[in-house]
Amino acid sequence: MVTLASVIVDGLAYAMVLFVVCVGLSVTMGLMKVVNLAHGAFALLGGVFVHVLAADHALPPTLAIALAVVAVAAIAALLEPVVFRRLYGADPLRQVLATIALVFLAVASVNAWQGSAILAVPLPEALSGRLDLGFRTLPVHRAFVIVAGLFLFVALYALVRLTRWGVRVRAAVDDPATAESLGLNTATLKLVAFAGGAALAAFGGIFGAEILPVDAAYPLRTIALYLTVVALGGLGNVPGTMLAALGLGFAETFARFAAPTAAPLVVFGAIALALLARPHGLGQR
Amino acid sequence: MGRVFWISIAMVVAAPVMAQTPVKVGVIAPFSGPFAQWGAQFRDGIEVFLARHGETVAGRKLTFIYRDVGGPKPDVARALAQELIANDKVDYLAGFVFTPNALAVAPLISRANVPTVIFNAATSKITQTSDRFVRTSFTLWQVTAPLADWAAGEGIKTVVTAVSDYNPGIDAETAFKETFEAAGGTVVDTIRMPLSTTDFAPIMTRVLGAAPDAVFGFLPAGPPTFAFTKAYTDNGLPEAGIGFVGTGEMTDETTLEALGEGALGLTTSYHYAGALGGENTAFLEALSGVRADAVANMATVGAYDGVQVIAAMVAAAEKGTDPVEAVRGMALTSPRGPAAIDAETRHVTQNVYIRRVEKAGGALVNRPFVTIKAVPDLGLN
Repeated sequence: MVTLASVIVDGLAYAMVLFVVCVGLSVTMGLMKVVNLAHGAFALLGGVFVHVLAADHALPPTLAIALAVVAVAAIAALLEPVVFRRLYGADPLRQVLATIALVFLAVASVNAWQGSAILAVPLPEALSGRLDLGFRTLPVHRAFVIVAGLFLFVALYALVRLTRWGVRVRAAVDDPATAESLGLNTATLKLVAFAGGAALAAFGGIFGAEILPVDAAYPLRTIALYLTVVALGGLGNVPGTMLAALGLGFAETFARFAAPTAAPLVVFGAIALALLARPHGLGQR
Repeated sequence: MGRVFWISIAMVVAAPVMAQTPVKVGVIAPFSGPFAQWGAQFRDGIEVFLARHGETVAGRKLTFIYRDVGGPKPDVARALAQELIANDKVDYLAGFVFTPNALAVAPLISRANVPTVIFNAATSKITQTSDRFVRTSFTLWQVTAPLADWAAGEGIKTVVTAVSDYNPGIDAETAFKETFEAAGGTVVDTIRMPLSTTDFAPIMTRVLGAAPDAVFGFLPAGPPTFAFTKAYTDNGLPEAGIGFVGTGEMTDETTLEALGEGALGLTTSYHYAGALGGENTAFLEALSGVRADAVANMATVGAYDGVQVIAAMVAAAEKGTDPVEAVRGMALTSPRGPAAIDAETRHVTQNVYIRRVEKAGGALVNRPFVTIKAVPDLGLN
């Protein structure tokens, strides 16, 4: 019983890390209709900036994290008009090629700048230590990620579905001509949404670093994971991404506990079945 | 590439002054992508040797041609070796992080008679596939069996092994289990974890359920060891009285800073430790002169000693002796302590250290506290 409860807690914690790391990609891919393989590059930069600011220059971690997220959003805002704007609505193969090129550029730049060892990503003191749940302990950091995941879920859902801004962004993507004729500045809307997605990626990279450690090869290592979650959830579908993260998190955690060697088989088998039943993802109505 | 360019320029400029042609060593290793760290460590080791002992051996200048193999890609390794031998006319090959890459060049180096020094690739059988191979790294049996013996001697009776599910992992598991059970211990569970595993919390829950005296871990150094050792401390195994033993990969010097305080007290066995004194002190000092923020690990040392072997080979070849025959039994002056190339296996015989992660001057180090002397490759039976 205790073990079962323990595995459930592990599953929830892992699921929330997956959600926090992947939701940014789901937003960019779904809202912007760009197959953005460079998502992991933004996550990597987030982690690297925190490392440089907090570990090398001894800034307080909270400040370093805030600066890093803002810096990544700024870089994304610079890249959007130069690279991504050309890709909206383009052939998916071109999108894949252009964004994977960004991945290689990011990997090589970080390798040249910081080397390719794992980079320590210092987190605020308040997140170290462990919570006593009675039947087991849980690292405070993981508890924080669970809460942050739930908060992001609610906030994003509300932002995209319930606010006027969300309506505008969806309009700008779904029918740019009509949106523009109604006086919406679609270019600015997309720029802001894209930078927001990159900021989410950075946030995920930083707070997911305990499970997906940050090193130069990070984007290459994590691509499959992101795409699995996003494909399983349905593009741009925030509740779907949450469902996918939970499903994958629990399935993988249980499989790893019960039969570690067979875990990938179980997990990818389950994903294949799920996609057979719902080709457009779990979030699809 | 820039480096190769400058070396070529330097060679052209220096040619009229030099009496003899330089010795060319082709280094095949990953210099980009997920395994780029290895190439960087090798290069550091090579440059430290040249900085300390000069670039000229028996009147001939040592030059290195670096080739990026990217990762475990035997076909690429073979093509690069072919190119280095046929076009660049190298006298020696060196490097090799991954076993498949080393195995792929074995027929080639035998046929072309190119002595090849392996800086890492750690499967026992490699040195048997060509008599041109000499190895300055270690094998998993070599570092794991002494650890299992030591653990049994420390009163550890039950162990759960947790290894990455690939050849080296299986090697480590077998070496640990056989040695530990021969010494009277019991392995109560053997867990094999796919290389893609990112979250080790469920593994730790499983270990907690089995409640052994200790968990033995082997994973490739990098993100997997980082996440595994973090999961060990985060999931309360130390408080549950479950000890930690592993091979040196688990607390590799290049990952210690990232592992942080949670790594304190982790016990591992390896053929090198950052906190060793003696020759290692001079080595580390020279390393900081080569690259200010460099961190030495066993790959740096493997390359450093590898160049030492190559230098001896060059000197022997100048006298008309077969280079490989000349280094059989050669004693190394190594940062890792007393070591020698075994006359029969051409693999390095060396001390194995049981080390504990400690804090020294604000940084984390692997400090050896038990030395098992002169251990040969134990994996050839």
